[in-house]
Amino acid sequence: MTSAVSFQKVSRHFGSVRAVDTVDLDIVPGEFFAMLGPSGSGKTTCLRLIAGFEQPTAGSISIFGERAEGVPPYRRNVNTVFQDYALFPHFNVLDNVAYGLMVKGVGKPERQKAAEEALSLVRLPGYGARRPGQLSGGQRQRVALARALVNQPKVLLLDEPLGALDLKLRENMQEELKSLQKALGITFVFVTHDQGEALSMADRVAVFNDGRIMQIGTPEDIYQRPKTRFVADFVGSSNVLPPDFVHRYSGQHRWGSLRPESIRVGRAAKSDGVTARLVSTNYLGATTRLALDADGLRLHAIVPAGAALPEEGEAVMLTFNRESLHLMDEPT
Amino acid sequence: MRSDRGQSAPLGLKIAAAGGLLFLHLPIFLIFVYAFTTEEKSFVWPPPGLTTQWFAVTWNRPDVWQALSLSVRVAAISTAVALVLGTLCAAAVSRTRFFGRETISLLVILPIALPGIITGIALRSAFSLAEIPFSFWTIVLGHATFCVVVVYNNAVARFRRTSGSMIEASMDLGADGFQTFRHVVLPNIATALLAGGMLAFALSFDEVIVTTFTAGQQQTLPIWMLEELIRPRQRPVTNVVAMVVVLVTLLPILAAYYLTRDGDQIAGSGK
Repeated sequence: MTSAVSFQKVSRHFGSVRAVDTVDLDIVPGEFFAMLGPSGSGKTTCLRLIAGFEQPTAGSISIFGERAEGVPPYRRNVNTVFQDYALFPHFNVLDNVAYGLMVKGVGKPERQKAAEEALSLVRLPGYGARRPGQLSGGQRQRVALARALVNQPKVLLLDEPLGALDLKLRENMQEELKSLQKALGITFVFVTHDQGEALSMADRVAVFNDGRIMQIGTPEDIYQRPKTRFVADFVGSSNVLPPDFVHRYSGQHRWGSLRPESIRVGRAAKSDGVTARLVSTNYLGATTRLALDADGLRLHAIVPAGAALPEEGEAVMLTFNRESLHLMDEPT
Repeated sequence: MRSDRGQSAPLGLKIAAAGGLLFLHLPIFLIFVYAFTTEEKSFVWPPPGLTTQWFAVTWNRPDVWQALSLSVRVAAISTAVALVLGTLCAAAVSRTRFFGRETISLLVILPIALPGIITGIALRSAFSLAEIPFSFWTIVLGHATFCVVVVYNNAVARFRRTSGSMIEASMDLGADGFQTFRHVVLPNIATALLAGGMLAFALSFDEVIVTTFTAGQQQTLPIWMLEELIRPRQRPVTNVVAMVVVLVTLLPILAAYYLTRDGDQIAGSGK
């Protein structure tokens, strides 16, 4: 099967900065693909390479089997929802949404009908006559989405589209985007630095760092079985365990990761337990996050709210199932 | 400053302000009055009598029409040249980063900071060095040097306020460079260009110094007025022309002021 988007050893350098460094990537048609990473990790540059705003320094990009290098943005069947929405202030909402059809020469009644439908799709019917300046942030975001979808792109690119929204609105939009993507069957490529967002929305996630892809996999893969220390730490703040520590429990001299929720905190001495001292507790509502010091090794544990907690500074015994200790590929 | 509201300013301040305004505008008022005087050889106050005959005399003088027509044509073409070059330059400086960007920005603005006489002498010697005969086009070139600056300044300020991702969004939605310019860039900078263009037109229309150095035998309207002041006959004709010049230059400047003011409000309301 042809990939929706395929990167072969793609690099994009800005002077001496390697924004994207020999990235290989295959995005399956119809999937919801997230690019996750801290700022400056190259994920947005990858998105701009797909959109055509950047050209690769080396390597090749193809979109549904067609080579994309040198093809300008306006000849690609790919549309973008910009981080700042980039709505046209001098047009009303309907003309904003119909813009793509207008420049393609679609007649006025036809393109206005399509724009109305797109607005209904994003649940803004009847907003056509308003100006972008009169809309709230969440509404502008929906207009930007409708403006991209009306062109029926093969791939929809979303550049941190939820970043500017407040928490409640963001959660609603996450669900909506997800169901919209399922209903339309369009390939969505989503850039975010929010690991929760990536895990909850995407079919597959690519974790970026320093212009490279650290790991590609399903959210469960990334969360449960991180390959490197960076992924373990960045996605869900896993405990990264040094090889010497891991050796005692698995017999293998490798880096390991242990999820904070897999650690049980007790007082009774256990032969296979780890003695530690409770440094601080951090109340999070449904759970409480404990910072622990195990003989110089800083660990975090998450326990359900309401569990009996030791005092800060008190000695505790940490236990975990051997299966929850994950061994990473990271070279030691 | 809130507490000052409702309180009246001291009398001395009011008199000083009125005096300042009178000093600025009374001479212009005198010019208008002398356009109606019956005395044609010298300006005497008070005018011995009032007449509107000088409007008819002016209307029938072919030299006035020639000078007016030359000034309008020079101003129109200089403004057109300035609109194209100023916009292109502003787009380059505000949209992209390149080596020497700041220098180019400074060099573009420099002609308006230079005294007109320097620009004039420089252009004159350059024209004679290149053996270009003085003509309509040399005047246009001279005026374009400062008209470009006015347009550039207006356009660059507007470009800085428009979001760069809007152009990318347009390209992303399938518009090529020309369509993007026509549908997105131009509507966003239109009022700035109109304002810049009007200011440029007004500047060109009453320019004297650069024109004296770059014109051949032709007389633009301000130059014609300067020559006319030395002659003893039909003096009020100059005043009639002066009234026209004031109107022709004042109206575009007022319009430019209101256009950019509204433009600022539009740009600000989106934030």
